[in-house]
Amino acid sequence: MKRALSLLCFIVAIVCAPAFAQGPQKIDAAKSWIRFAGKQMNVPIEGRFRSFDATVAFDPAHPEAAKAQFEVDLASIDLGNEEGETEVKRPLWFNVERYPRARFAASSVKPLGPGKFEAAGALTIKGTTHAIVAPLTFSESPGVRLVEGQFVIKRLAFRIGEGHWADTETVADEVLVRFRFAIPSTR
Amino acid sequence: MSAESRDYSALAIALHWCAALLIVGDFAFGLYFVDLPLSPQKLRFFSWHKWAGAIVLPVAAMLLLWRAMHTPSPLPAAMPHWERQLSKFTHALLYLFFFASPVSGWLYSSAAGFQTVLFGAWPIPDIVGRDRELAEALKALHRWINYALAAAVAVHVAAALKHQFVDRDDVLVRMLPFLQKT
Repeated sequence: MKRALSLLCFIVAIVCAPAFAQGPQKIDAAKSWIRFAGKQMNVPIEGRFRSFDATVAFDPAHPEAAKAQFEVDLASIDLGNEEGETEVKRPLWFNVERYPRARFAASSVKPLGPGKFEAAGALTIKGTTHAIVAPLTFSESPGVRLVEGQFVIKRLAFRIGEGHWADTETVADEVLVRFRFAIPSTR
Repeated sequence: MSAESRDYSALAIALHWCAALLIVGDFAFGLYFVDLPLSPQKLRFFSWHKWAGAIVLPVAAMLLLWRAMHTPSPLPAAMPHWERQLSKFTHALLYLFFFASPVSGWLYSSAAGFQTVLFGAWPIPDIVGRDRELAEALKALHRWINYALAAAVAVHVAAALKHQFVDRDDVLVRMLPFLQKT
């Protein structure tokens, strides 16, 4: 009986362990998104990436131990129109043939307040890496933990839009990137 | 009503030529740049084209308002019945297309995900949300409405020239008072 009980405890511990350990987890892509917003001729332009992958290890109680990285398939860009999408995949913009993915790896996460954090890390697009800082909010509901945040990049710093496209009078330099990562939770 | 009061006022003439310049100009401009490869220049052209189109709407509204509030000068008595009917029909089409053309462009632009920001400063609200298939349909609609508009304008211009050079009446002179021989 005693042995059976300890065996049961052992099984429970093994089964439940992943739920309590905050090891790296794949995000639930269907409930996550990466969107961006910029301006052309002062007209707001919005888009998103259909395909991306992220691995997040995040325990709000221990933000300093957090790990996060994400990869975006740049060819999966959705601008709402074919003409623009074809253009931004070309060499002057993302050059997706040579640089198919954008990558971000968080190097530190520090708490800013209840449910608020700040992530810093390296963003690599088109072979160029720059440090970025993104405020994050963390929320938890049954079955899912949400990490949401945003940061602003200057597209020219990553050579996104070269040559005649470097003209910021038509296409603004600043692009706001917003993201939501849904991390499945067994809690 | 005296003959003089039936002449087009300076306002009516100004509105007519304002609409003519905007519509013919923006049509030709659209036809020119639509097939250019995408470039910053083309983005500028798109915006300018939309700004001009946005101005067509109030001008067309004023033109229609003027027309609703005034009785135009009677057509020359010598005009055959079919010409009078064709004139009525063409004018009705012109007024219809003055609105249909910019509105279809506005809808198309909204569906394609590009709001219109007049002169880069004043955002005009989108009337439909972003929708790829709808955008394709509206693009075709905008194109065909404008081909039809161009055909109506061609009939209008041909008729004006026929009045001036074949019938030798005063129809064109009423819109171009400087042609008046004194």
